[in-house]
Amino acid sequence: MEVTLTNIRKYFGTVKANDGITFTFKAGKIYGLLGENGAGKSTLMKILSGYQAQDSGEINLDGVACSFRSPAQALASGIGMIYQDPHDVPSMSVLDNYLLGRSSGIRLDREGGKGELLDKAKRMGYPINLKTHIDTLSLGERQQLELLRLLAMGAEVLILDEPTTGISAEQKEELFTSIRRLADKEGKTIVLVSHKLSEVQELCQHVMVLRQGKLVGKSDIPCSIEKLVGMMFEEIPPRQERKSLVRDKFTLEVNDVNLESDRVSIRNLNLAIKAGEVFGLAGLEGSGQRLLLQACAGLIHPTSGQLLLGSEEITRKPYHRLLNSGVGYLAAGRLEEGLVAGLTLLEHVALSDPDTGFVINRTHFTELTKTRIDKFKIVGIPSTMIDALSGGNQQRALFALLRTPLKLLLLEHPTRGLDVRSTDHIWQLLFERVKEGTSIAFMSADLDELVGRSDRIAAFSGGKMSRVVNATETSAEELGHLIGGEQ
Amino acid sequence: MTWRNLLRTVWPTVPIVSALIITGLFLSAFGVSPGEGFSAMLRGAFGDVNKVLNVTAFWVPLALASTGLVLAFTAGLWNIGIEGQIILGAISASWIALKFDFPEPWQIIFQLLAAMIAGALWAGITGVLKTRGKVHEIFGGLALNNLAIILTNYLISGPWQPPEGGTFRGTEPFQDKAILPLFADSRLSILSIALLVIAVISVYLLLRGTSWGLKLKALGKNPRSAFLLGVSSERELLLALMLCGALAGLGGAIRVTSWFDSLRQSISGGIGYLSLLVVMLSNFRVALTPFIAYFFSAVLNGSITLQLRTQLHSSLGGILTGVMVLLVLLLGDIKTLNFLPKRMTKESTDE
Repeated sequence: MEVTLTNIRKYFGTVKANDGITFTFKAGKIYGLLGENGAGKSTLMKILSGYQAQDSGEINLDGVACSFRSPAQALASGIGMIYQDPHDVPSMSVLDNYLLGRSSGIRLDREGGKGELLDKAKRMGYPINLKTHIDTLSLGERQQLELLRLLAMGAEVLILDEPTTGISAEQKEELFTSIRRLADKEGKTIVLVSHKLSEVQELCQHVMVLRQGKLVGKSDIPCSIEKLVGMMFEEIPPRQERKSLVRDKFTLEVNDVNLESDRVSIRNLNLAIKAGEVFGLAGLEGSGQRLLLQACAGLIHPTSGQLLLGSEEITRKPYHRLLNSGVGYLAAGRLEEGLVAGLTLLEHVALSDPDTGFVINRTHFTELTKTRIDKFKIVGIPSTMIDALSGGNQQRALFALLRTPLKLLLLEHPTRGLDVRSTDHIWQLLFERVKEGTSIAFMSADLDELVGRSDRIAAFSGGKMSRVVNATETSAEELGHLIGGEQ
Repeated sequence: MTWRNLLRTVWPTVPIVSALIITGLFLSAFGVSPGEGFSAMLRGAFGDVNKVLNVTAFWVPLALASTGLVLAFTAGLWNIGIEGQIILGAISASWIALKFDFPEPWQIIFQLLAAMIAGALWAGITGVLKTRGKVHEIFGGLALNNLAIILTNYLISGPWQPPEGGTFRGTEPFQDKAILPLFADSRLSILSIALLVIAVISVYLLLRGTSWGLKLKALGKNPRSAFLLGVSSERELLLALMLCGALAGLGGAIRVTSWFDSLRQSISGGIGYLSLLVVMLSNFRVALTPFIAYFFSAVLNGSITLQLRTQLHSSLGGILTGVMVLLVLLLGDIKTLNFLPKRMTKESTDE
């Protein structure tokens, strides 16, 4: 099936997630969709798979204009998507999941479905046990099952969102073999959303690159990694000179640390950050950098290895203890992880202050909140509800809640969604802390920010940390390589 | 005033008026004129002094439990187990009343204290099951409610059975000094009203002016953010549940030592579940709960008269309050209804 996208637009407020994308996916071909975080890949695929509607623009399937109001409609028209987290029902059996979502009347045809599933699995070469329940399967097996289900429901176009994250090398091989077969033998159209350049080169025949919601490049594969990286990342302006404030004392030492999560695991990580140092963590979402920050904050604990804060061992210390030892952590989601919708600015200040007595002293906290509002340039008054603030003001409010003094400050996307002036202001305040000896470790998807603000930078890819580079000496190209997993 | 502002202002009365209309239709369907029905209910509740005292006596434990529930709801906890906490309070007060003999004021003081401790501990079990055992407080609470009922039945048909033989109805009446000082001939105790006033004011102040109240609010609205801001969830959740349990237990003690004079089979009379409705109808605001609770008490006691007058079953009062709660939950927040233009919803563009 040939899919033509014409001038697809999708805005979220002022953010142009998709800004006029035009592209054609031909039948029987495998396409790679590349772009850094926030480039608009997921939005585009969600539109194509019926998960959300475009603001304007047209989708044509084999020349017929289509619009979908739900994923089920898109699938009925032949477009199926496999998500990073397969959308299956964990407590149900393999067969029941397979039969789910089919409009085959009232009676469930178990016997027919069983034969069909076994037959399909055999053709694809997947070993399948009908009786097992989904929650006992590996991610790779769930993916295979989901693929079979989509095919059985008539999918002609298959979208795979980061399909190799969290599956074994063998399962990856199996997946790639079956994808190639589906494209070559059965004429399916395949779209692979990925940030692993090596995989895109291995599997795909064509590639399209998005940046800030626009289609900025397309190419046939093979093509050089340099060319792909060049399309994905903008040139970064030369770094402004900033006096290094690094002191000759370690704030954080990470020794042979192993970290585990469902998605990614980190092995034998070693890293040391000095007092007054700003350490930037590059990498695409889910590559392990967030795991490291959370481990340093005491939110997750290493399976082995050692974490030192100054001379204090903090490997297994819980978050609240570290908070009192001078570790600050700001997560990426403002209203999800950090602020409480329905409470006022003043209440947030009182809540985060370790010295708040049992009875809240309103006058004291009104004054304190006013000082913070001035210092952090928040547009609001102490009694403003936090969720009534704009995104940028919420971000500044988060910074206003940090304790003083801090030894180590861990930040996820510290200035995401802020304009240039607010970004500068935030960093100005952060550097005041750095002057006092605070170390900062931050992750960002913005190469400008990484190069411009850090002393040193390392990139994560699939749980591996790259070599550490000096921010003054690196280039966008070098970082692009490190982010793509090249050593 | 624009049409929309007007609508917004009068909105809170809409569910109440609709509930009255629906109940009125119900009455008509059974051949009773709604006007006559409602006036019978009103006379049943406030027709003479005794009736008012009765409504008030029923109100006190209900309002106490509701006040406690505001704490739990603020912390985001569904304390369905409040019914069991009331029962345990009643059992403990009965235990002191039946088995101990303290001098005059201490008898009652120990009864009330025992009831509060028992209610708090019973709620504490639900809390520990939640924080340590990952058992949702609704399920833990329901199980403990059943256990509390079984425990009551065991006590009144076993160890605390009256000497003249088991009727399975209740224990023998308590000694005189175990009963709260009652107002005139009624079942209302002034002391219990004083305790209720103290409870309401304390909870109001706790939630309004203290850091503990602020922590509960934060936990109830967003536990993850509260945790990241430094709030230790386990301790505060346990405390909220136990304080709620203590007030419920106190309510239970007042039930056995003023409304009744002994431990009975269905000692709570369902006021635990009723208090959940009261708090929902009051939109989780402690300043409103006593008034809503009084309204509930009036409707329920009034419908007993309705039964005598119209031969309709007294559960009609239950229907009225039930329909009202449903309508408030359904229509309560005008912003969530679909017929007004929605605010722009922000969606995330994070990938």
